[in-house]
Amino acid sequence: MYLYPVWVRLWHLFNAILILVLIVTGISMQYTDKQDAILMVGFARAVKWHNIAAVLLTVNYIFFVTGNLFTDNGKFYKIRKENFISDLWKQMKYYSLGMFKGEKHPFPVTPDRKFNPLQKLTYVLAMYIAFPLLIISGLGLLFPETVISRFLGISGMILTDILHITMGFFLSVFMIIHIYTCTLGARPTSLFKSMLSGYHVSEDH
Amino acid sequence: MTSTVIRYLYLLLLICLLSGISAFASEFKKPKAGTVDSITFKSPFYEDNERCFKCHGQKTYEYLNENLDRNVKALMFSERVIDRNKFYQSNHKSFSCTDCHSADYVKFPHPGELRMEQTYNCIDCHGGDEKFAQYNFEEIESEYQKSTHFQLEKEGFSCWECHGPHTYKLNIRNSSDIKEAIIYDNNICLKCHSNYDQFQLLSDKDEINILQKHDWLPNQETHFRSVRCIECHSEINDSILVSHLILPVEKAVRKCNECHSQNSILMSTLYKFQSKEQRKDGFLNGIILNQSYVIGANRNEYLNIISLLIFGVVVLIIGIHIYFRLTRK
Repeated sequence: MYLYPVWVRLWHLFNAILILVLIVTGISMQYTDKQDAILMVGFARAVKWHNIAAVLLTVNYIFFVTGNLFTDNGKFYKIRKENFISDLWKQMKYYSLGMFKGEKHPFPVTPDRKFNPLQKLTYVLAMYIAFPLLIISGLGLLFPETVISRFLGISGMILTDILHITMGFFLSVFMIIHIYTCTLGARPTSLFKSMLSGYHVSEDH
Repeated sequence: MTSTVIRYLYLLLLICLLSGISAFASEFKKPKAGTVDSITFKSPFYEDNERCFKCHGQKTYEYLNENLDRNVKALMFSERVIDRNKFYQSNHKSFSCTDCHSADYVKFPHPGELRMEQTYNCIDCHGGDEKFAQYNFEEIESEYQKSTHFQLEKEGFSCWECHGPHTYKLNIRNSSDIKEAIIYDNNICLKCHSNYDQFQLLSDKDEINILQKHDWLPNQETHFRSVRCIECHSEINDSILVSHLILPVEKAVRKCNECHSQNSILMSTLYKFQSKEQRKDGFLNGIILNQSYVIGANRNEYLNIISLLIFGVVVLIIGIHIYFRLTRK
């Protein structure tokens, strides 16, 4: 089943590469020390590449939102109220118990349903809440003179940075879970292959 | 219908965003100018000093030329103009002019030999005095003599090149607003380093363009407003508050980690005297947060612990999940 159009795959590929660069450089800046530890890239280099990757990620994000608004792909991100909680519960039960008992996937992938309810919720939270907050706070840090100097007696820069690193952290955790859940396809590698070829192997869980 | 409206609104937002970015790019905010203290000090020598300030307190002066038998108005040589307000706010505000200058200056025209008058240096008055022991002037003098300023220009350089005797006031030690203290201190360096006429008095080198020299520094404007030149251009000395060992340019700090790290040098330099304003709230080097924010130096320990916990729980859950996948096939 052809499920992932070229633009989605390209967006996803760039997003993945840029996020990885941003995580490594972000950690290098946050936990910088006089001697750079393993995987740390050095503060000056980290700042440079973090800024470059961040600007590219912002452009890529605008591409994603525009694509979702002007193509069919946006429908997969629309959450409907009816049975929302119970569907979510069903999916969580399947991941924690059902799949080990050999139960069938409660929400198999179809051309109209690319994401299961839990997937949909986390993707919406990540792409439409965490991402905009990450980008806006990141722009604030890139142009510190735009950030209000004090808010409720606390430095605006601290608040902006805490918001930025918190969102960065949540998106990093999201990425780890996302990569792991992508091994839950028909075979551990089939969903990764789908994201490269565009074709979804339907016998997944 | 609704989705069409959303699409148009989105496009409108995108256009606004792009025009906002271009407008922003063309106009950066200018740094705020420092405020001036109000002068409340009443000098016991006010009347005496006024005899000097009558001519030296402004750019023009007037005197009676007895040969011509008329009043002559002339321009005061700019080096000899002393700002009354700045003087009465300075460390030496309680002085009479003749405490440091010859009493013969009361005569007008001033006797020609007074031009060769010997001027005092800081150590001449402050050295070996118990009252000033806390400032450790002896160490300041010894550091200054090792500094690149003194080494390059032993004859021309003196304390007064940076600390004008008529204007200098204790700054970082007394300041409640570090940003203003930074502007004050950096202006001391910029007096020569951004004014080639002044620079030439002490050096034969070509003009140095400070902005170009610091091109490598990201967010240059923010750095210039948030730290003093001496943070990177001097060697730290724990026995004096402000380092006076100005280093040659090739020895200046260029590694970002020196400030942007857990053991930030800013704690031994700019924020050395701020312990009275301790503020931690779980932040490393929390004192910096009162006035500024330094990426890498201001990590929050609570957030570190929480994030490690969340990360650990996620890895644990994934591990358990993998275990069940492998064993319950």
